[in-house]
Amino acid sequence: MPLDLNTKLAILSDAARYDASCASSGTSKRDSKDGKGLGSTEGMGICHAYAPDGRCISLLKILLTNFCIFDCAYCVNRVSSNTQRARFTVEEVVSLTLEFYRRNYIEGLFLSSGIIRSPDATMEEMVRIARTLRTRENFRGYIHLKTIPDASPELIAEAGLYADRLSINVELPTDAAVAAYAPEKKPESIRGTMGQVRQGRAAAKERSHTGKRPPKFAPAGQSTQMIVGADDSTDAVILNQSTRLYDDYGLRRVYYSAFSPIPDSSAKLPLVQPPLLREHRLYQADWLMRFYGFEAGEITGTEANLDLEVDPKLAWALRHRDRFPVDVNRAEREVLLRVPGFGTKTVGRIIATRRHRRLRWDDLVRIGATMKTAKPFITCLDYSPGGLTDSAGLRARFAPQPQQLQLL
Amino acid sequence: MPHVSLPKIGTDTAWRDAARGLIAAQEPPERVSWSRGEEAMPGLFDGAPAEAPAAASPLTVPRDFVALANKVVWHSDPERFARLYTFLWRLKDNKGLIEDRGDPALAKLREMEKAIRRDVHKTHAFVRFREVPTNGPRRRFGAWFEPEHYSLEASAPFFARRFADMDWMIATPDLTASFEDGSLSLSDGLPRPDLPEDAAEELWGTYFRNIFNPARLKVSAMTSEMPKKYWANLPEAKHIPEMIAGAPARARAMQEAAPTLPPLRSQKILDRLHGKGGDTAMDWDALRQKAEEESRDGREGYGRLVLGEGPHDARLMVVGEQPGDVEDQQGRPFVGPAGQMFDRIAAEAGLDRSAAYVTNAVKRFKFVQRGKRRLHQTPSTGDIEHARWWLDQEIRLLRPAMILSMGGTAAETLTGKRAGILKRRGHVEEGRDGVPVFLTVHPSYLLRLPDAKAQEEGTEAFRADLAAARAYLDSLAA
Repeated sequence: MPLDLNTKLAILSDAARYDASCASSGTSKRDSKDGKGLGSTEGMGICHAYAPDGRCISLLKILLTNFCIFDCAYCVNRVSSNTQRARFTVEEVVSLTLEFYRRNYIEGLFLSSGIIRSPDATMEEMVRIARTLRTRENFRGYIHLKTIPDASPELIAEAGLYADRLSINVELPTDAAVAAYAPEKKPESIRGTMGQVRQGRAAAKERSHTGKRPPKFAPAGQSTQMIVGADDSTDAVILNQSTRLYDDYGLRRVYYSAFSPIPDSSAKLPLVQPPLLREHRLYQADWLMRFYGFEAGEITGTEANLDLEVDPKLAWALRHRDRFPVDVNRAEREVLLRVPGFGTKTVGRIIATRRHRRLRWDDLVRIGATMKTAKPFITCLDYSPGGLTDSAGLRARFAPQPQQLQLL
Repeated sequence: MPHVSLPKIGTDTAWRDAARGLIAAQEPPERVSWSRGEEAMPGLFDGAPAEAPAAASPLTVPRDFVALANKVVWHSDPERFARLYTFLWRLKDNKGLIEDRGDPALAKLREMEKAIRRDVHKTHAFVRFREVPTNGPRRRFGAWFEPEHYSLEASAPFFARRFADMDWMIATPDLTASFEDGSLSLSDGLPRPDLPEDAAEELWGTYFRNIFNPARLKVSAMTSEMPKKYWANLPEAKHIPEMIAGAPARARAMQEAAPTLPPLRSQKILDRLHGKGGDTAMDWDALRQKAEEESRDGREGYGRLVLGEGPHDARLMVVGEQPGDVEDQQGRPFVGPAGQMFDRIAAEAGLDRSAAYVTNAVKRFKFVQRGKRRLHQTPSTGDIEHARWWLDQEIRLLRPAMILSMGGTAAETLTGKRAGILKRRGHVEEGRDGVPVFLTVHPSYLLRLPDAKAQEEGTEAFRADLAAARAYLDSLAA
């Protein structure tokens, strides 16, 4: 009996929930003021709802189908899983996207898919959905397409014309882990596809000899995701891998997804609580690399893993107390960015305000700095931490209180 | 004492006009009082010189302040207009004040500005339209929303940019925004309208419930971004209590469930993918017949399926890349330019081509059509995986003593590794089925070398490889 739309939607959104990305930001500006189409993008993405797992719902995130010929151990859709299967038609995806969009439920579509028949056949159907939305329906909202490993370059090139963002998951931090848990996936061809997208984006920025610009190619860039905690890779390995991905392929984002138990799991993988705190620390470290001028090696230091008790920036400062306290009224931007409790916005405001006055404690509070954290690491006009910076118990001030053991 | 009553619609420009007039009239902030809406006619001054000589002394302020004022006017704080005017009074003599984040008055205004930004953003996020039946050509939608501040005028243009091909209305307790036939208008607020049921809400609820991962419950992360005060107007929010209550049990059930046996079809699919099993009893005739069947459903950009040829008891199997244009037309391997070249050099090296079984790693010619010409395309990993089953069948039936692998594609198929052919050539590696694989370059590589000298050297090296291959084959027999 064919499944009705509601059942299909339940199966194919359930199957899509393990992709962390729901970003709809950073693309080119578009609107439909001419009255001929539907939708707009304005740089900043919008989270239209939040689920009780704390994740933002910005896009209609679904699979085209959860039938798959691959057997990746961590994936609920692997061929050897007994999960219920379903498949959308092109028209069903198009109509769901448009009807949800018109009611202001979503910013657009994030379409992924299990691999059916062949990579090209799958990718072709996904591209057809994007093409229908853009050319027949004049849809100007956000489209994120997952590219299928080993799909042909022509299909990737066409996908880039319709999609705001393309992504392909590296899945696991090392090639060895991919070989062990996703035997049908090839890390080199995943990287090959990333390279193609990077090239496509570079080519779309060059003007021709007449000065004409080529059509935009995936203006919101590409991203990837790796699963954390399924294999035994350390945080140092993971962060180094991210650095490589950012450098080599110009990725916008690397997402970290704590391995979470899935229905009908494979015997190969441990069924543990997802390491949510570790995932959080990795995101913090990722931010430090992208916006605060930290190198991967500095963040982990000599340790293999990030400190779970205190955040990576604070951990770095605790290890490098000789560099503190920092004089808020004199220090350069790069130095201020390394002060725990100061974010990029705070630092910008400190520098702007310094032009008008010498900063006091209360000024920093008004500026929005987290003074409880920054306290041991700064001096200002009316405050100096004294011996606090080098005190032995400093770490204990920040680390969570030890929990008393419960009697059983 | 001047009193300024600002209109409910266009409050931002009305405040700016009034403030400009008051500054020109040198009214100090403590003498001015402000109100919005009900009390009086829009923009009238009570007991003050309404006609301010604005043009006489043009007031310039930093652009940042205008942007700040344009947000703060929508705040629900009754003191907002006075706070702005007091700050403007100080700013006119000290333009740098706008950058001084340590100033308490500015800090308060920035905080109010942030509240408005958030209110506008939440309006953009949490308005939910329902479809309203209509006879007109444009679809109609309506929504009821309760913003925290008087911010609808600031948030409505976003909807006009986004939903321009439909008519819509957003009603709030304070104002109503309507968009009809491409023009946006504001009018007084309405009581909550009675909007018809919309079937899409059930689908949306289904999506909301299923995209949620019960193994990572983080309720506070949700409520900090989607506070409960918004839930009343969100159709999906009615599912939240049940989702939270059921989550721990669902997560536990997933962890406790024993791994299940894979469905029967999965092994079949994997075998086919990995090129194993299936019809093991297939003989040469059956294989050829299957190839012909498969050739009949053509794929765009691919030629027909060309199997190898040669004696079925050959000890040597030669594997090239893929059939070319000529091979595809004739349906036979190794008959095009590269094949002819191979024949010639093999004869010179003493390797008897007619005693070998010659075939290709990939079985179909992959090309792009350029006018009348079909240009060769390098096979992708997908093509290679696809063809592996066929090559494995040929190896199984032939049981060669040795395989001569020519070029990167053949090397990838037979040894799993493509890179470094020029370093690996002339050596024997172990193939996937234990058959020794002798590696060399593809003869078409010689055709592509840039000049005569390089071609001569390349041919020489290739000839030496083939001679070494022959010697190795002989040594296996001994």
